Amino acid sequence: MSAAHALIAALRDPARAGDGDWNGLIAAARAEQLIGSLAYRLEGRDLPEKVEAIMEAARRDSAQARIQALWEAEMTRRALAPLGVPLVLLKGNAFHAAGLDAAIGRSVGDLDILVPKASLEAVEAALIGAGWERLKEADGYDDLYYRRWMHELPPLIHRTRDRMIDVHHTILPETARPKPDAAALIADSVALDPGSPPGAGSGLRILSPPDMIVHAAAHLFADGDLAGGLRNLWDIDRLVRQFVAADPAFWPALAERAQHHQLRRSVALSLRLAARLYGTPVDRQAAGPDRVTDRLFAARLLARNGWGQPVRPALRLAFYIRSHWLRMPPLLLARHLWAKARS
Amino acid sequence: MKHSLSLQIGPVAFRIGSAWRSPIEALARLYAGYPDPGRVCDFTVRLEPEKPWRRWIRPSVAIQGDYILPDAAPMSLAHGLLAAEMGMNLQMALGQKSHLLLHAASVEKDGRALILTGESGAGKSTLAALLGERGWRLMGDEFALLGLEDGRLRAFPRAISLKNGAITVMEREVAPQRFGPRLDGTPKGAIRHMRPNERALEAMAEPAQPALVLFPRFGEAAAARGVGQAEVFMRLTQASTNYVSLGAAGFEALTGLVGGCPAAAIDYPDTESAIDMVEQLWAEAA
Repeated sequence: MSAAHALIAALRDPARAGDGDWNGLIAAARAEQLIGSLAYRLEGRDLPEKVEAIMEAARRDSAQARIQALWEAEMTRRALAPLGVPLVLLKGNAFHAAGLDAAIGRSVGDLDILVPKASLEAVEAALIGAGWERLKEADGYDDLYYRRWMHELPPLIHRTRDRMIDVHHTILPETARPKPDAAALIADSVALDPGSPPGAGSGLRILSPPDMIVHAAAHLFADGDLAGGLRNLWDIDRLVRQFVAADPAFWPALAERAQHHQLRRSVALSLRLAARLYGTPVDRQAAGPDRVTDRLFAARLLARNGWGQPVRPALRLAFYIRSHWLRMPPLLLARHLWAKARS
Repeated sequence: MKHSLSLQIGPVAFRIGSAWRSPIEALARLYAGYPDPGRVCDFTVRLEPEKPWRRWIRPSVAIQGDYILPDAAPMSLAHGLLAAEMGMNLQMALGQKSHLLLHAASVEKDGRALILTGESGAGKSTLAALLGERGWRLMGDEFALLGLEDGRLRAFPRAISLKNGAITVMEREVAPQRFGPRLDGTPKGAIRHMRPNERALEAMAEPAQPALVLFPRFGEAAAARGVGQAEVFMRLTQASTNYVSLGAAGFEALTGLVGGCPAAAIDYPDTESAIDMVEQLWAEAA
């Protein structure tokens, strides 16, 4: 059993953790940024002393990372409050702020937020006024590429806190073929603090449960090259289990939203893979029939050995090429590669 | 990986894998006599070719592992031992969350620890190495590990990294079999690693109570001044790689250390006078 297989087996069923090689499991979990999630899954189990110490440190580290992520979200809320625009937290920050099961041990890197496209300029100016700085050279190729074609501003980094923020106006690059309905994402978002007046836009919001799954699926299968995808798929597993338990009408709602955002295929694929790798209970209709290519996606997600090294270079390269193909029409892709080769 | 080795250094176990034999052999020689780490390691370090063909053609060692710096420059295979050391340091600097990590040397006497900290080139490694041969127990030349719960210091006696002039100072003092190969032309000049003595290895699991913090500075006329707690605190936050990420636990541990021991800055023109100043300040602190 490869280390990545051992990792998903341990996350699914903590009783199976460490029946092979602890070093391989820990290295794979760190490489996939799942060490915090694994540490909480193993909490309270009878582990070898050294393993328990490593897991305890990982839990302590996660708890601290959570505090930092929540603080960063709050700093952003304060910086943007005068604008009165809706501010939607995405991904890990949203899970933590809402206290979802997916947040347990979840690592958080950058702060990802979604705001209406019309307010992008004002949001960027307000952030820069509050201490964030541009990371990309202004008007350089990368900067212009982001502004013209991407679903987010070029990343900003805070001068003193050294934390990055990605300001999104939708959930896929403008160049991708599916066109998610960004206005609907924001309109259906949920206030974290229901006490704040509706529409005031001064509080933090998260996506609705179906949109959260749609975004996670889009991020995993319609955008990137699946590097680090085991964690994103673990998010989907945790979210689906929680949403299904809370709302019997979750599956039809998800089907409707996936269709609306033109992401039905990505959502179906993510459900099939979550079921295949993590045993997620999924609605067979939403997941659709298994396809032969599912095995390739699973193999790509599991391309990690017990030294934490990525393996299967040809497969990874194929998915890397696929990610560019999905993101860019051929002519734009050619121009992009030309510019990158010259720089 | 093709070649590998596990090392126990103080409370921390490393698993080091390499695409080449020579760095692992050099490590095994340098770390002869260290305790067996057991089956589970805290951190994994990998020495890999920077590009697949750079395994054979002009071999180039990329430092990889659980925690990495994305822009770390690859090194020549001749410096593979140094790459392994840097890989272990990187795991400590970026991944160590069980102790407050201070970029400091430390030595112990009678269960009490002296902490020496300062910028690179301040001479802390050399001073600690010399004290370790002259009646003190060397706890570490690079990192001091402060317990988050008990405020005691854990030893991290990895091989001492001697640079440039310090190499000859220690070659006069210590038997040749305790030295690794001399590495010339590294980014920090000439480097030679030296294994701590048997006493340091035997006692590596024994913690010590911090008793004195010194900020040495090499190349100035001999002088000592007391340092106030606020300044000690600020300087130690800068000397710590994980103070921020430990949050409240790091703050508690550090304020405990600063409140519990005196501190002084010492300028010194040569190592012998530094040793005298250290012994004198230690006697005053006792």
